[in-house]
Amino acid sequence: MTKQEALFKYTLRLGDNALILSQRLSEWCSNAPFIEEDLALTNFALDMIGRSQALLKYAGELEGLNRTEDMLAYRRSERQYYNNLLVEQPNGDFAVTMVRQLFISVFEKYYYTEMQKSSDEMLAAIAAKTLKEVKYHLAHAEDWVIRLGDGTGESHYRTQKAIDDLWMFSGELFEMDEVDSKLIAEGIAIDLDKIRPLWKAYIANVFNNGALQIPQDGYMQTGSRQGIHTEYLGHLLSEMQYLQRAYPDAQW
Amino acid sequence: MDSIQDKLSKDEALLAKFEEKVQAGESVEPRDWMPEAYRKHLVRQMSQHAHSEVIGMQPEGNWVTRAPSLRAKQILLAKIQDEGGHGLYLYSAAETLGISRKEMIEQLHTGKAKYSNIFNYPSLTWADIGAIGWLVDGAAIVNQVSLQRTSYAPYSRAMVRICKEESFHQRQGYEIMAQMMKGTAEQREMAQDAMNRWWWPSLMMFGPHDTDSPHSADAFRWKIKRHTNDELRQKFIDKTVQQAEVIGLTVPDPDLKWNEQKGCYDYGEINWDEFNRVIRGDGPCNKQRLEHHIRVHTEGAWVREAAEAYKNKNEQQSINLN
Amino acid sequence: MSTDTQLDSWEVFMQARTGANFIHQGSIHASDKKMALQNARDTYSRRGEGTSIWVVPTSEIVASSPEDVDMLFDPSNDKIYRMPTFYTMPEGAKNI
Repeated sequence: MTKQEALFKYTLRLGDNALILSQRLSEWCSNAPFIEEDLALTNFALDMIGRSQALLKYAGELEGLNRTEDMLAYRRSERQYYNNLLVEQPNGDFAVTMVRQLFISVFEKYYYTEMQKSSDEMLAAIAAKTLKEVKYHLAHAEDWVIRLGDGTGESHYRTQKAIDDLWMFSGELFEMDEVDSKLIAEGIAIDLDKIRPLWKAYIANVFNNGALQIPQDGYMQTGSRQGIHTEYLGHLLSEMQYLQRAYPDAQW
Repeated sequence: MDSIQDKLSKDEALLAKFEEKVQAGESVEPRDWMPEAYRKHLVRQMSQHAHSEVIGMQPEGNWVTRAPSLRAKQILLAKIQDEGGHGLYLYSAAETLGISRKEMIEQLHTGKAKYSNIFNYPSLTWADIGAIGWLVDGAAIVNQVSLQRTSYAPYSRAMVRICKEESFHQRQGYEIMAQMMKGTAEQREMAQDAMNRWWWPSLMMFGPHDTDSPHSADAFRWKIKRHTNDELRQKFIDKTVQQAEVIGLTVPDPDLKWNEQKGCYDYGEINWDEFNRVIRGDGPCNKQRLEHHIRVHTEGAWVREAAEAYKNKNEQQSINLN
Repeated sequence: MSTDTQLDSWEVFMQARTGANFIHQGSIHASDKKMALQNARDTYSRRGEGTSIWVVPTSEIVASSPEDVDMLFDPSNDKIYRMPTFYTMPEGAKNI
């Protein structure tokens, strides 16, 4: 694998995370518990679409096959996506979405802080813009997880259940393969082993403030680095890609 | 103590003063004296307007996850988000009249408060997203521009803000239609089909003909309304027909023709039976839209309750936060 | 009994740029201060309209009554000596 190929795969992963999460978040549109929250969730979706555009465009350039961000977003099949399993998980109730947002936002806070120093100028620039958005996403998710954890009996139960259900997908955030090691050596990628303890400490503190329990580390489901996903991704894609696939000659 | 007679004459004096003020073009602020009928009219109109923004998120939201490009999804989401925001501006303005958002939502759910009839039609294809933005928002803007000068100040302020923000909405829809008309045969067919289905309901958005409009007299005297239904409808038709021609869409009205003498278009008769039927509840999506709103509201109750409970537990703490 | 509400109402004031006055925008609903700030931002600054936001519980706003308008504001209407144009300046004096 050349450095260029590794960087393409690496950028694609980041782009896919933003893309698939934006799709999930946009499902909340007109479905939130009150309108202010509808606006907030839409903002996060919009941030994620913007980020996926920047990253997939860059990935297309790195690949050198003239694939645009839309071609990468809409014309690949299930096994060719490299987003984390966590972001494709269904929205569930509001607690599931907030816990998912918390897990991802804490990860991204540390990740993009480091990425600002990447020797790849494009990724560093995208990181600087992304970090501002991530800080806001994190504040929002953190406040809500605490409110729900320390709210009513029902909200506490739902939130703890969301944590327990999603925990098995949290390990994959820190998984690294030869793409990572190659790019870490180049000063481009981030050593995720360094972020893992920071992530866990931050999460533990939020849970503590919300009277929530951090689960025991048990089985961690992984697979996305090889393009192996949960069943949910295929359905998400068939909905998202419908028009592009049904009318392959059309411009929209 | 005032006798009933005194009270009546006092109210009459206040009413005369109020009407004089409104006639002079002054605006009315929430704490100013206003006749009960004026307040009632505004609560009805503003809550209907707010509900329309919120219910209107549904037919467009129906296509968010199927938008055909990242750009299209982004624009559509931003537009729907604006509509939610506009619903909020209007709820906020209506609350200054002493009705709570909770009450307004209850009235929506019981059917006492209405929302715009147009949202009882389904968005069936992606071209419908174009047609909604271009025709439905186009019609709404004509109405809203006119409402910027409405006499009730919080309503007027909300409308000024809404008009400023909505300027891109109609362009979003028109761009979709234009792009599709430049596209494949299937796309052009889809666009014309959407035009055919949305044209007449868009004209109905302006309400009954002036001769059949039940609430108009007071609304004009109090300058809540500044242009008649037919005036606004005519304005919409005159500007939209040209836009349709430019991109090659046919307006589905065989009676539509330019009237040189009047300097505007003549158009065919609107199907008022359909209009009245859909208002009564028998439209394609009346049940679906309301049930969606009720379901989301009910499913969100535990979240709002949790937020309240957290506040009550932590009130002291949060005061110390600063 | 259901404790469901639409949360509390807060008034939103925003500063468009540093140094400018804070201007009333409208209101939002939220259960606590942090949520109020976030909701105000998401509702009234979707186009980067603000640099700073104040939120105040609507119930804490004290407003003057329209009936008191004469008492409150008329007395200062005739204090024209507060206006710079009230004064006669000698011909030729500059920068005053």
